[in-house]
Amino acid sequence: MNELTPFWSGWIIAITLGSIFGCYWLLASVRSNKKHANGEVPTTGHVYDGIEELDNPLPRWWYWKFVITVVFALVYLALYPGLGNFKGLLGWTQINQYEREVAKAEQEFGPMFAKYQSTDLEELSQDDKAMRLGQRLFSNNCAICHGSAATGSYGFPNLTDNDWLYGGATADIKHSVMNGRIAAMPAWGATLGEQGINETAQYVLSLSGKETNPEAAAKGKEIFATNCVACHGQDGAGNKLFGAPNLTDDIWLYGGSEQQVMQTLRNGRAGKMPAWKDILGEDKAHIVSAYVYSLSHQE
Amino acid sequence: MRHEIIEKNIGLMIALIIVAISFGAMVEIVPLFFMQKTTQPVENLKPLTALELEGRDIYIREGCVGCHTQMIRPFRAETERYGPYSVAGESVYDHPHLWGSKRTGPDLARVGQRYSDEWHRAHLYNPRDVVPESNMPAFPWLFNSTLDGNTTADKMLALRSVGVPFTDEQITTAKEDVRGKREIDALVAYLQQLGTVIKR
Repeated sequence: MNELTPFWSGWIIAITLGSIFGCYWLLASVRSNKKHANGEVPTTGHVYDGIEELDNPLPRWWYWKFVITVVFALVYLALYPGLGNFKGLLGWTQINQYEREVAKAEQEFGPMFAKYQSTDLEELSQDDKAMRLGQRLFSNNCAICHGSAATGSYGFPNLTDNDWLYGGATADIKHSVMNGRIAAMPAWGATLGEQGINETAQYVLSLSGKETNPEAAAKGKEIFATNCVACHGQDGAGNKLFGAPNLTDDIWLYGGSEQQVMQTLRNGRAGKMPAWKDILGEDKAHIVSAYVYSLSHQE
Repeated sequence: MRHEIIEKNIGLMIALIIVAISFGAMVEIVPLFFMQKTTQPVENLKPLTALELEGRDIYIREGCVGCHTQMIRPFRAETERYGPYSVAGESVYDHPHLWGSKRTGPDLARVGQRYSDEWHRAHLYNPRDVVPESNMPAFPWLFNSTLDGNTTADKMLALRSVGVPFTDEQITTAKEDVRGKREIDALVAYLQQLGTVIKR
C-alpha cells in the first residue's frame, strides 16, 4: 500500500493549505497604511541612537512578489502531487517520468543494439560501428577488471593475447560473458608439504622452458602425474572445460616466478568471472562478446 | 503591530520559532512514519549476517560513505550504470542508513555480485593494481587485522531493539561466526550483498 491513510492525507492538506493562506492573511493584514489622523506614520517603537523606525506597509513591488509566490504555490499544488493523496492534474510522478525516459531511450537505442543480434560474432567483429558500441560497453562494464586496454592484470586475464582459459571460439566467449566462469585451483600446501610444493613448482616451470633444478623437477613430475593431470592434462596443456590453464605457454595469470607458482600451489586460486546476462541483457552481451573476440583478431 | 510582546519575551520567541519551523517537518517527515512503503521491508529482505554486519561497521569506520553513495535515483543515466533505482523498503533494516550524499567514487547500492571477491580484495589492497586511474585510498591494514567478535552479539541486540529481526540463533553464534576472520573478508562479504535483494 503506497497511499497515505485518509487521516495523514488530510493532515498534509490542512497544514499545507493553512500555511499558504496564513501567509496570505499575514501579508494582507500588514498592508493597510495606519496613518494617524494628523497624517503621521506610527513607529514600531524601535529607537536606535535616536533614530525611530516607522511602521510603513510593505512596498507595493514587494507585496506583489509575495502574492505571486502564493499563487505559484496554489497552481503548483493543483498540477503536481503534493496535497496528500491528490495526484495532481498532470498525473506526474517521478517514477512515470523515469519510465518515459527509459522507454524513449529504449525506442531510440534498443534497435541499435538489437539489429546485431542475428549477426554472428565473427562478422560482427569486423563491423566498425558495432565495435565502437562494444568498446563503450567494455569500458563501462569490463575494464574495471580487465583494464581499459583489455590487457588484464594480476589475477584478471589479458583478453588481447588470444590465449584462452575457457576457449576463444565465439560461442565460448559469449558463454563466458553471459554466464560467467568460476575456476577453482585447490590448495596443495597441506597435502604436498613445502618440499613437494617446491618440486612441483620446479616441474611446472620446466614445462614452459624455464631453467629449473632437474632433480627436483623429476620428483615434481611424479607429483604432477598423480595430482595435477586430471585438470591440467598429461602434458600440462590445460583443459578449457575447467578453465585449467595451459602451463606450457609461459603466460601466467598469477605470475610465473618460482615464488608465485609456489604460492599458487600452496594456497590454491579461485578466479571468478561474474555473469553479465542480467546486467547487460543479451543484445549488449552479444556486441561486447564480438568486441572481446575482435581484440585478439586484429589485422 | 505589537512587536514588543514577542521581541521582549525570549521564551515566547523560541516557542513560536519552533512552531514556525516545524510545519515543514510535520508535513514532509511525520506522515512517512505511518506509510507502509517506507516502513515495510521489500520481499526477501534479510538482516545482515554477523560477518556482513562487522563488514558494515568497517565500511562506516573507514568512512566509505564519504565518497560512495548507496542510493540510485530514478534517472535513466543512473539505472543504466548502476542498476534498478533504490526503494525505501530496501533500507528499513539499515541503522544508520548509508545512503550518503556525495559521489567521489561510484554508487555502491547494487555493487553486490557485480565483481568477484578476488577483485574486491585486490582493489581494496591497492586500487591502482586493478584500476590504474583510481584515486581511492588503499586499505592494506584490513588484511592484517582480525575480528574478535566480542561486541558482535551486542550490536545485533541493539539493532534488534530498533526492529531488525535477528534470530536468537544468529545472536548466539555471532561471536564464533566472526572470531578470527580478517576485516577484509567481513568488508567484502558486506559489499557482495549490497542491493542483491532486487534483481534486474
